[in-house]
Amino acid sequence: MKIKQVSVFAENEQGRLLAILKALEITCVNLRAISVSENADFGIVRMIMDNPEKGAAALKQAGFTERTDTLLTAEIPDVPNGLLKSVVQPLSDGKVNIDYFYAFLEQEAGTARIVLKTSDDEKAEMLLKACTT
Amino acid sequence: MIRHPHFETMPRAELEKLQLERLKKTVAYVYERVPFYRDSMQKLGVKPDDIQTLTDVANLPFTSKLDFRDNYPFGLTCVPQDEVVCVHASSGTTGKPVIAPYTQKDVDTWAELVARSLVCAGMTREDTLQNAYGYGMFTGGLGLHYGGKQLGATVVPASTGNTKRQLMMIQDLGTTAISCTPSYALILHETAQELDIDLYNGSLRLGILGAEPWSENMRADIENKLGITALSIYGLTEIMGPGVSMECPHKNGMHIWEDHFLAEIIDPVTGKTLPYGEQGELVITTLTKEAQPVLRFRTKDITRLITETCACGRTMARMVRITGRSDDMIRVRGVSVFPSQIESVLLTVEGIEPQYMIVVDRQNAFASDELEIWVEVSESIFSDKMAQMATLQIKLQRELDSVLGIKARIKLVEPRKLARTEGKAKRVVDRSELPQL
Repeated sequence: MKIKQVSVFAENEQGRLLAILKALEITCVNLRAISVSENADFGIVRMIMDNPEKGAAALKQAGFTERTDTLLTAEIPDVPNGLLKSVVQPLSDGKVNIDYFYAFLEQEAGTARIVLKTSDDEKAEMLLKACTT
Repeated sequence: MIRHPHFETMPRAELEKLQLERLKKTVAYVYERVPFYRDSMQKLGVKPDDIQTLTDVANLPFTSKLDFRDNYPFGLTCVPQDEVVCVHASSGTTGKPVIAPYTQKDVDTWAELVARSLVCAGMTREDTLQNAYGYGMFTGGLGLHYGGKQLGATVVPASTGNTKRQLMMIQDLGTTAISCTPSYALILHETAQELDIDLYNGSLRLGILGAEPWSENMRADIENKLGITALSIYGLTEIMGPGVSMECPHKNGMHIWEDHFLAEIIDPVTGKTLPYGEQGELVITTLTKEAQPVLRFRTKDITRLITETCACGRTMARMVRITGRSDDMIRVRGVSVFPSQIESVLLTVEGIEPQYMIVVDRQNAFASDELEIWVEVSESIFSDKMAQMATLQIKLQRELDSVLGIKARIKLVEPRKLARTEGKAKRVVDRSELPQL
């Protein structure tokens, strides 16, 4: 399955996350997941939203550099070794590297969902599919 | 074609003799007539008689733009007002403008030197010169006008603006040469395209372009789009106006009319004279002016001089394309760099638009150990992968090191940081002046 992710460039300074969330405030876009990758100077704020188009437009309007990517997403059974068995092992066996990933809870389904960017998304998708069937 | 072969192809030894003779006269002339020059020479303990060789010019005081301001309007003028036939002025975007008074002989010399420049560019009396420099107190408009007339070409005093009308005149009058700023040449092309006018195959064959800095890339762009030869003309209000130097079709530097101007290259930091061939700040002393001669004017323009005889046969020294302003020069561990050089390196790294700012510490007054360069993260270089962003940072640092030999710390910033320094892009900023957010 695929999911849209909106990422924003932010300097690593006090108040920047606030500015991002303030830019989204009036849009009433719901954040389903957020993850930050940072170094000493800057960070990349990655977000899953219920309305990514609206969210991205609001961020652009506020002067942020943003981009929208289509990422792989997979459900993980809420059991011991779920992540290992359903995602990491099959991708590793298929020699696919994970660039980054993060997870969030699917309230209704009661399962975890991960969002991931890999060195070969097409191959990764096939590997994950093969694993669930 | 060469308009004044006697002077323009004079052996350099003979030229230097002529320069010395004229320099001596000029120094004695201003010493006698202008208290400012007398005072500043006395401060350095130099008298007109101390000028015995051409290298003695290095003992004379510099004149800066500030000195013109301090002596505004006629404090540097050598003749009574009834001998002044016209007055021009710099644009003076900051404070009082620089006033340039001319005697009739000054205007005649100016016209003759612009005519010489136009011939140097390849113009003849058969040409129709559309002069799209601004008429008024700016020296560009009337300077080119006088020169074009002096040559006997047909001058169209179009002045600036009204691009559609300019294009109509080019077509209807069969204009062969245009004088304007390089950026206006591109505007002409854009508007011509909108109006479906084919400039490339039209009558226009030559551009006499100046009054703003431009690059070789821009020259190629203009030549390819307009189907012309684009040549650089140089001048300053303080010195005379356009026609101080001019490129010939060999495009190998602008010939300085050294029978009227003495050129020096100095280290902009120490003020020491550098040998011709080394890069530094251009300093000009006028040799034949009457109303307002100038001793050792610091142009702030960074160039170097070539004294080998040009393929066109002229012996007059050529100044290479100006690489920057000495005000903008930065020193990093003894290496001089200009924002324009940094910009061209940034441009070579794929996807980088030149939105950047160089941060210096004034405490270390242009002699920092390390530069910090803020590069704006635009959509074209923004990646959702941290590794890719880090690679970009390293690539820029490595490129600056290998091309310019400077250690720079690249800081990737949000667009808002640089948006605060609008208008004329301010590329060098002191740490204390950084935008407060």
